[in-house]
Amino acid sequence: MNFLCKYNKIVTPIAISVALLFFVSGCKSTEQQESDPTKITIEGEMTAELTAPPLVPKPIGDRKATKLIVNMEILEKEGEMAEGVRYVFWTFGGTVPGSFIRTRVGDEVEFHLKNHPDNKLPHNIDLHAVTGQGGGASSSFVAPGHEVTFSFKVINPGLYVYHCATAPVGMHIANGMYGLILVEPEGGLPKVDKEYYIMQGDFYTKGKNGAPGLQAFDMQKGVDEHAEYVVFNGKVDALTGDNAITAKVGETVRLFVGNGGPNLVSSFHVIGEIFDNVHVEGGDMVNKNVQTTLIPAGGSAIVDFKVEVPGTFIIVDHSIFRTFNKGSLGMLKVTGDENKTIYSGKQIEGIYHPEGGTIQSMPNDDKVVASPKPVSLKERIAAGKTVYSKTCFACHQAAGEGVPNAFPPLAKSDYLNENVDRAIDIVLHGKSGEVTVNGKKYNSVMTAQTLSDDEIANVLTYVYSNWGNNNKEVTPAMVAKVRNKQAH
Amino acid sequence: MKPILSLSLVLFIGFYLCTNAYGQTQTMALIEAGSYTPIYGRDATIVKVKNFSMDIYPVTNQQYLQFVKENTKWRKSKVKKLFADGNYLTNWKNDTTLNSKMQMQSPVTNVSWFAANAYCQCQGKRLPTIDEWEYVAMANQKMADARRLKSYNQYILNWYEAPKTYANLIGQTFKNYWGVYDLHGLVWEWNADFNSVLMSGESRKDSSNDPNLFCGSGSLGATDLMNYAAFMRYAFRGSIKANYSVQNLGFRCVKDVPSKQRVL
Repeated sequence: MNFLCKYNKIVTPIAISVALLFFVSGCKSTEQQESDPTKITIEGEMTAELTAPPLVPKPIGDRKATKLIVNMEILEKEGEMAEGVRYVFWTFGGTVPGSFIRTRVGDEVEFHLKNHPDNKLPHNIDLHAVTGQGGGASSSFVAPGHEVTFSFKVINPGLYVYHCATAPVGMHIANGMYGLILVEPEGGLPKVDKEYYIMQGDFYTKGKNGAPGLQAFDMQKGVDEHAEYVVFNGKVDALTGDNAITAKVGETVRLFVGNGGPNLVSSFHVIGEIFDNVHVEGGDMVNKNVQTTLIPAGGSAIVDFKVEVPGTFIIVDHSIFRTFNKGSLGMLKVTGDENKTIYSGKQIEGIYHPEGGTIQSMPNDDKVVASPKPVSLKERIAAGKTVYSKTCFACHQAAGEGVPNAFPPLAKSDYLNENVDRAIDIVLHGKSGEVTVNGKKYNSVMTAQTLSDDEIANVLTYVYSNWGNNNKEVTPAMVAKVRNKQAH
Repeated sequence: MKPILSLSLVLFIGFYLCTNAYGQTQTMALIEAGSYTPIYGRDATIVKVKNFSMDIYPVTNQQYLQFVKENTKWRKSKVKKLFADGNYLTNWKNDTTLNSKMQMQSPVTNVSWFAANAYCQCQGKRLPTIDEWEYVAMANQKMADARRLKSYNQYILNWYEAPKTYANLIGQTFKNYWGVYDLHGLVWEWNADFNSVLMSGESRKDSSNDPNLFCGSGSLGATDLMNYAAFMRYAFRGSIKANYSVQNLGFRCVKDVPSKQRVL
């Protein structure tokens, strides 16, 4: 058998068609008006600055159109979805969402898509900013360990989503393969002081929200559109605490907001702010004085606003269970002098009772899922931290400092340290009415929490072990005792 | 005369250079003839497969090392670029030495289709066709066709998300119905006709080729998961070319079994 002959028979490589920018050849008549973006000539070439979220490359709208080289690497890698929850993300540029690409109208983009050799799967990219078949997807299909190059001219200004479109598309997107590409208009967007990149996505894990360990993707939940996590920038807490985005009083802030989906539409809202301008759906139309803007899956919006007063402004998907139960919560921390005219400080901004104003008691039947049982105090504290960041954090804050006049502190709390059974009871059954903590009066509502005895023991032990509290260890037996005594 | 002579010479040299260092029968499993409907193929009809035998394990680094020692033209430094791209044996320290982190009993990867094809021929074997490979690979431990089982598909999907499995040793996944290991869960594998099912990777475009598969399956519940697990394999095959050498892509060989020979 002569296998040299065989070579010739078998070499029938898959023809990968080159993207045809047919609009270029489509207009050959007469003098073109200067406003025809397909006729913008380019000068020189440069390599695009790419940034990981929440950062955005520097504005470039005031430069001339150019040949812009984009180098994008695809990485399949394990990362953190939430405290203690791991997930294998498929990424453009190593982050979810992928690197932010900034272009201006008329740029001719030479796109290099590189699939890391360690990756298992072929991928491609569909950029919504591309005019051409598949948005580039049919030209960019690339095997692991290989690189493809294709080119396109950006002719429509706006903020566009890009994503992987390899079968099964839903799974590639659900694993994090999306990002934003901005096409600035001639002359650029109006100047602002701060720009940030935020992208929402929904995730479908085998385990329920909060189930620890490495979680597999659950195809059926994806098909059913039953998300376990809805998050900004690829993980719970990507934009909270130390990761919060920041601004100073008096500054203008622009958010480039996208929604990768794959399924859910976002009701994007910043608690305590009103968007001065919204580029609706990322296009030219500007709406003013908007409270909540709808961002479709595979769509975007550009919002900007001036921050007038200091504080922590909570960024949410106002489909609000997602925010308080699935993770779509971010923070904008504004520092500077107060402005009592705009905001008195005595009234309470952003108290939000999604469950209504009264205590709710969820049926405590046997459906409580047991979490793995920590043995040592250290493990109990670690497990408790996870519960805290899921359940308590939004009101009582990262360091247990609470929110003045609204939610009492847990740090150095006399009320907490005085009576552990009372603390257990409050977590079990909720609390309303006036309490005095560290000399200050609070009159608010805490709802009953549907946590297992183990989880309550863990989270209270975590709280007692931190922030100057008395290091009391709470055991599941102690919780069970209170639960049984108070059963109703 | 002249062409025939040189052809004979090539044949002779080719045969001479292909040293078969191993007795193979005990390393192969007999696969009984049968028929099945593939998930995705040139046509949606039933495919018939004849009796054949298949390597129980993918070809290992050790076996491939032996091959390149005996067949110098398939060494990293000697191989023709037409037959193997720049990633060919990219992790090897040199022509006949693995990198210190690699294990002899891991599957060989970063080999092109041409190299894999030559290897099999030197063993008196050949690469399996997609039909043959898929036929054996639809088995789980107990059933010849487990494709409708959730657990079977979940196993495959989980592997897609498990990083760096190419560094694992052979034989650590399950032994399937036919006695074959590692068809799922270790590395992708070359097929003789890997590029006969065209997928551009743009699944929405591909959908016009086979509306039954894509549009229909969108409304089906039961087979979706099964399709997803298999699509990705076909998508992978669609992304490669015969001279590609890929980190997660290895191979194994098969051999025809004379039709008279009855299987157990």
